Amino acid sequence: MTATPSPAASRGTEVRLTDLTRVYAGNVRALDGFTLHIAPGEFVALLGPSGCGKTTALRLLAGLEDADGGTIEVGGRDVTNVPTSKRDMGMVFQAYSLFPHMTARQNVEFGLQLRKQDKATRHGRAADMLDLVGLSKQADRYAHQMSGGQQQRVALARALAIEPQVLLLDEPLSALDAKVRSQLRDEIRRIQLEVGTTTLFVTHDQEEALAVADRVGVMNAGRLEQLASPAQLYKNPATPFVADFVGLTNRLHCRVAGGVAQVLGGAVPLLAGSAGDGLAIVLVRPEGVTIAPVGSGGSGGAGGAAATVVSASFLGASGKIVARLESSEGVGDLVSVQVDNTDVTAYAPGQRVLLAPRGDAALAVSAT
Amino acid sequence: MRPSGALVGVAPFFVYTTVFLLIPTIVVVVGAFADGSGRPTLDNVAALGGANSSFLPALQHSVVLSLVTALAGAVIGAVLAYAVSTARPDGLLKRFITSLCGVLAQFGGVALAFAFMATFSIQGFLTVWLNSLGLDTGSSIWLYQWDKGLMLVYLYFQIPLMLIVFLPAVEGIKPQWREATETLGGTTWTYWTKVAGPILLPSFIGATLLLFTNAFSAYATAAALISQASPIVPLQIAGTFTSEVILGQENVGKAMALAMVVVVALVMWVYAALDKRASRWLVR
Repeated sequence: MTATPSPAASRGTEVRLTDLTRVYAGNVRALDGFTLHIAPGEFVALLGPSGCGKTTALRLLAGLEDADGGTIEVGGRDVTNVPTSKRDMGMVFQAYSLFPHMTARQNVEFGLQLRKQDKATRHGRAADMLDLVGLSKQADRYAHQMSGGQQQRVALARALAIEPQVLLLDEPLSALDAKVRSQLRDEIRRIQLEVGTTTLFVTHDQEEALAVADRVGVMNAGRLEQLASPAQLYKNPATPFVADFVGLTNRLHCRVAGGVAQVLGGAVPLLAGSAGDGLAIVLVRPEGVTIAPVGSGGSGGAGGAAATVVSASFLGASGKIVARLESSEGVGDLVSVQVDNTDVTAYAPGQRVLLAPRGDAALAVSAT
Repeated sequence: MRPSGALVGVAPFFVYTTVFLLIPTIVVVVGAFADGSGRPTLDNVAALGGANSSFLPALQHSVVLSLVTALAGAVIGAVLAYAVSTARPDGLLKRFITSLCGVLAQFGGVALAFAFMATFSIQGFLTVWLNSLGLDTGSSIWLYQWDKGLMLVYLYFQIPLMLIVFLPAVEGIKPQWREATETLGGTTWTYWTKVAGPILLPSFIGATLLLFTNAFSAYATAAALISQASPIVPLQIAGTFTSEVILGQENVGKAMALAMVVVVALVMWVYAALDKRASRWLVR
């Protein structure tokens, strides 16, 4: 996988995590040969279900936990055995990390104070940082006088104030409500591009990861399953796990022959690395399926697969139809189909429809 | 007008504080300035400072005893609270220690005094056992002295009390604060002096104050342990009510109680001044 250089590449630091292993009590391998190279100035998101090791990887890079094996290099220097306080990492935690007895400004100045910077420099830097996160007016507030989103902004300003080599974001948005979350998400990306700091962002929310990162690493059971740009990850998942975790996906029974899956009455080429001939379960994305009422002749290809509508939901920007297959290999399988929001009213539960794979957009990865 | 029903709920609280706090305070204040037949006088207060009065030394003993056991109890109890907070949250050890301290903190009084006598006095089992090993423990008089035995006995309930009142504050410390300090370049020393210390200080001072008043007003333990003289104020007050040698001293006792109220009020005032700073960031 080649790194995509970010516009701010010249300002950032390179990070190399090589073959990291971390074993917890009870022989739980939180990390099991984890390798990740982050290019200077790059924004990498680690994505995965809880317990996949993504937070452990971040904590190892921060030095908050020790690796049982492997090496950590930052800017060409081996920091595997360097204590946290000497690693120069800016970290934003999930929540409640601001020092409650200090104002926003004092929090931001704290790291500079430890670096023995004089008062004027500290003040100037803190003001700049609070301005960067849009909180100049809240500089004299204490944590309990700010909203969750504001607290996270201050935490970000505090982490960036020390001009860290690497910015570490440990699910910084997960304690916020949906609207603030997407706002702050976009803002984190804007700020990261502005300062150009190499960034590692850990999240379990695939939408978040795809939205902000240059590259997304999907983790499973302590290993990196795939590291790729968001678009590549979505269009070309390397493993069934990645396909399943990134995007909502239908799991359909079908017959595979010669690298092609016979599914929904059509033929869909399997992605590389899938299973051989025979019966299989393939993953097909909701936007990779077309739907048409029976008799309209609207579904393409070989006529499609007959199904009965189970539900039709209006989701705002789009709509979702769920139908149960009646024919072909996958009898009884439920299929989610993404439709335009204006088309939702054309379908009602009980109605008979024809489903077909959408030529280019259908994605099939064998899950068995 | 507020609906009258809203006051019904707090009525028991007001009744309680009236009966057990307000009325006794009024009785003490009024009585301190009245003679036996109810006429106003300053004699009771004046008697406290008299040349032959044993009150001032007793007050000094009381303050020193309370201060020493409060500070020692607070420091030792705080360290123990921190140790307990690092144990597994639902572990057996932690539940055992907090329950034990809950009992020990309330274990003052005659039973405690007896336990110490049975252990350390001239006929106490520890003394007898050590003697049988050929170790001379000397006289056990120290046990009955206010600045030795009494301090030790008071610490026996002060330390557990500190543990249970201070533990919630210690447990309110977020692990992220230490980790944030470290990532920002701070050491363990930085963390304790600049982060955890200042955050815990208001709770620590508040708990120490509680320990001070707890020791200052304790009576039964001292009464059971000390039968010669009355080295501390609560025993002196009791003396004015029970003495069969000098009669009519009740109102001098009330003047002594008033002096105790003044001491506690002074301590509260100092605390309030210190607390003012913390109240800007504390969420109560």
